[in-house]
Amino acid sequence: MQSKRERSKTGREKLQRIIEMCKSVEDRSLDPFLIDVDDVISTVKEYFPEWEIPEDLCLDAETIHGLASVIKLQSEWVRHRSTSLYTDPFLLEEKLTRIGKEEIVETFVNAWHPIVEFEQISLHSLAEAFRYWESLLPMKERWKEFPPAEFERSLATREELIRQRILQDKAFSEELENFWQELKNQVGTKGERGKIRYWDFVGAETYHETVHRAFMTSFLVTYGYATLEVHPLEEEIFIKPYEEQMAKIGEKQLVSIPIAVSAEDWMKWKRGELK
Amino acid sequence: MSKRKAYYASKIKRAVHMLFYRRHKKPGVKGWELRKALGADYPKVLKIVDDYLKALDLQVKTVFEEEKQVEKPSVEELDKARFYVTLRGELTPKEAKMIGWRIDDLAGLATTIAYVISKKGKASRKEIEEMLREKLPRWKVGFNIDRYIRYGYLTQDENEQVYLDWRTRAEVDQKALIDMLLSK
Repeated sequence: MQSKRERSKTGREKLQRIIEMCKSVEDRSLDPFLIDVDDVISTVKEYFPEWEIPEDLCLDAETIHGLASVIKLQSEWVRHRSTSLYTDPFLLEEKLTRIGKEEIVETFVNAWHPIVEFEQISLHSLAEAFRYWESLLPMKERWKEFPPAEFERSLATREELIRQRILQDKAFSEELENFWQELKNQVGTKGERGKIRYWDFVGAETYHETVHRAFMTSFLVTYGYATLEVHPLEEEIFIKPYEEQMAKIGEKQLVSIPIAVSAEDWMKWKRGELK
Repeated sequence: MSKRKAYYASKIKRAVHMLFYRRHKKPGVKGWELRKALGADYPKVLKIVDDYLKALDLQVKTVFEEEKQVEKPSVEELDKARFYVTLRGELTPKEAKMIGWRIDDLAGLATTIAYVISKKGKASRKEIEEMLREKLPRWKVGFNIDRYIRYGYLTQDENEQVYLDWRTRAEVDQKALIDMLLSK
């Protein structure tokens, strides 16, 4: 004996299959009589008492809608067969492949009455066009109607830039030095072997703050205050502060290391899923 | 000229201008446009125009909405119909060539239209391409179908299903075409 849950699951699967079948009949011009309408209706009826949540009732409605489309196609099929235009497609296809191009064209021109139309300019339309041209203002005069918007230009004060968050309250170099100091302190307390995991240093209480710390960290590395240690196989990234700022970082070619700091990653880090 | 004759003469001229010169993207005029320009008796004006055109082997063709052929159309049905001037008789294959159709392209069009009719007015593009490839070069088939669509003989939906479009309904006597093909 099936449990109610299993029965609902089976019902849902059956309805999904019916919907798919109706769709393929509609989209791929299949024979609409491939679908046994009575059988579908009895399936819909059988499972209808099981449906309680709106999603299941929607599925039921979609099945009925699909079935209605198939019945419409069946009715069109019957109507078409009863008209004088009905021809067995296989018979016609066979004819079309058998007769030559010339014969097809000869037949077609007997049933073809092309539309006749003129495509010529008249004196009247030329006169109209001249009248329009005369009344048309020159471009430079028309453009005058839309003068470009003028902006007042002046120097922005430091306070204004801070207000617009373009500048920080502290000087950038000062902030960077403080950040470097913080990195060294954190490596001392939380780090191992003179380095700390990237997310342990960058991660903060808010996403906004995390992005800001990632931004500052990128400058620490670029300006030679710290370096990154990437272990691709373990998928681990460490930050290692230098004791003194390095003016020239070795003879190696400098490379950029993109690190995504997405909100999703931040959430994972918060939950302790990201190292 | 009597007053009545003069009245109709000016309406006939106006109707001919509207029918022959394209006013929109598609050729032809809608019934309601003719009623607006010629008055409520525009079907009578069109009848006179049609009589005049007979001598030139042309005709005024009425295409009703939803492809149905109406014996005694109502005012509403006429208003929604589209009117064209088409050839009354038939072209010879040589003349068809003169109006810009290569025999291959015209044979492809005829085959496609007949095939779509036989499939109840809807056929997949893939099937049509396969059929045309039997007799036309592969590279030309897709190009030609696109051309038939551009001209308004066919239309295609997002599932690559092909249907007959407004120009086929206006220009091709579908029943005659099928009857003639089957009698070959």
